[in-house]
Amino acid sequence: MNIALSEMQETIRMVQMESLDIRTVTMGISLRDCADSNFEKMNARVYEKITSYAKELKSVAETVEKEFGIPIINKRISITPISEILGNATKEQAIELAKTLDKAAKTLGVDFIGGYSALVHKGISKGDQTLLDALPEALSVTERVCSSISVATTRTGINMDAVKQMGLIIKDAAERTKDANGIACAKLVVFCNPVEDNPFMAGAFHGTGEGEVVLNVGVSGPGVVLNALRRYPDVDLGVVSEVIKKTAFKITRAGELIGRVVAQRLNVPFGIMDLSLAPTNAINDSVAEILEEIGLERVGTHGTIAALALMNDAVKKGGAMASSYVGGLSGAFIPVSEDNGMIRGIEEGSLTLSKLEAMTCVCSVGLDMIAVTGDVSPASLSAMIADEAAIGMINKKTTAVRVIPVPGKKEGEIVEFGGLLGRAPVMGINPFSSEKLINRAGRIPAPLQALIN
Amino acid sequence: MITKTASLKFYEVIRMAKRRAVVSVIGKDQVGIIAKVTNVLADNNVNVLDISQTILQDFFTMMMLVDVSEIESLEKLQEQFNPINEEMGLKINIQLEDLFKAMHRV
Repeated sequence: MNIALSEMQETIRMVQMESLDIRTVTMGISLRDCADSNFEKMNARVYEKITSYAKELKSVAETVEKEFGIPIINKRISITPISEILGNATKEQAIELAKTLDKAAKTLGVDFIGGYSALVHKGISKGDQTLLDALPEALSVTERVCSSISVATTRTGINMDAVKQMGLIIKDAAERTKDANGIACAKLVVFCNPVEDNPFMAGAFHGTGEGEVVLNVGVSGPGVVLNALRRYPDVDLGVVSEVIKKTAFKITRAGELIGRVVAQRLNVPFGIMDLSLAPTNAINDSVAEILEEIGLERVGTHGTIAALALMNDAVKKGGAMASSYVGGLSGAFIPVSEDNGMIRGIEEGSLTLSKLEAMTCVCSVGLDMIAVTGDVSPASLSAMIADEAAIGMINKKTTAVRVIPVPGKKEGEIVEFGGLLGRAPVMGINPFSSEKLINRAGRIPAPLQALIN
Repeated sequence: MITKTASLKFYEVIRMAKRRAVVSVIGKDQVGIIAKVTNVLADNNVNVLDISQTILQDFFTMMMLVDVSEIESLEKLQEQFNPINEEMGLKINIQLEDLFKAMHRV
């Protein structure tokens, strides 16, 4: 059946006026065969493998976006967690490897390369520790390398030794990039229950269960959902859910098609479609504004969690019907600096850090792109991570912390990170100490939820 | 390998039909829009399969379904529309029909 004029107009309106785009096509590449006891050899192999596998990624994605008339904003690469191939490498060599990854990303013209990562949710191996030691410097001397550290899972509990280290690492990384508002921390995310096929940064890595190479896709579309809801200002919440569901279906179908075409042309398997609504700083491309459209005067007020739960669930229901391979994080992202509505909520005092924490109980990720005062103690950062990890662990979901303690900045100041990372109001944190909890260290045992066999 | 086979199959299914594209023209109504657009299509030996248009408060919207089985680069075709865009203040885009099918047909 031919497509009706009104349907064509709808698609064109979504793309041209409502910021519908493919947020990212991310190529996952396994680097396990690059491991070598000779560091120089390994370093060369890593560069060689990434630049040959992803050679065509940018050009193919650009051709596809032109042919289908839908923008693909980012082309990215995710790799095997680097700690797994470090072996006996030294801290200096690990930093060298980060520079190699950065160089590969620049050569290929990709926006980010994710997977300078370690999975330490139960214990820290030799390679993991080398990577953790290298992390602050590695992130401050590179531009496009992203890192994620898994410190907890539902099945293992929370590795508080790792959590303690992460507070210190985040502080150090911020200090090393104080001239750029602690930008290194924007490329570092601490996870509970990470997923292996996430196409979104900074948390993307090519998990151990993945194949040699794969192509994953993430869409964006808060603007489309927002505009769809605006056409139904007086309907009840069941209908609101229905409108979001239908819109999410269409967005996901577009994403899956583009992902499959790019994968086919690159001759690599299509992995998953991540149906998260990823906001940007573009006008009306905000998750917070969707919540406000549902019926909040400002995001963060009473009712925010209910509205977010409704939205997140409707997105999943629509998306799950639209794609056979839904994966990644697939929920609502609430990054503060990348969402104009969230920024406004904080500036006007309706949205607070505690409310953001509560919101992460019902949406996909966590405390994302949050700027806090520069004088925050490492223990408080660790405790913040522990709280998020506990939410994820108990609720059997992914949670994450990407927090930037901006050196020299005080509560209420605005910091600019530039580009897709946006800008954020600096938030104050609870002034009371969590030092004792963090210094106890050890492991928080896996919860009863882990006993499912 | 299983995923790979599946992805090829999916792609083959959407390629079985003719390669068709949607030309969308949006802008202020004026004399000669259709003539200019179809001229470019004719010059490139592109057959028009269907046309629909509406004019709403002086705002012209036209969608054409065209056969691009023989066209190698849609990008080059798009470039030939760009001068018309500038001359007449229009927004002409050509994009593969598959996107519309994916979004509006199950």
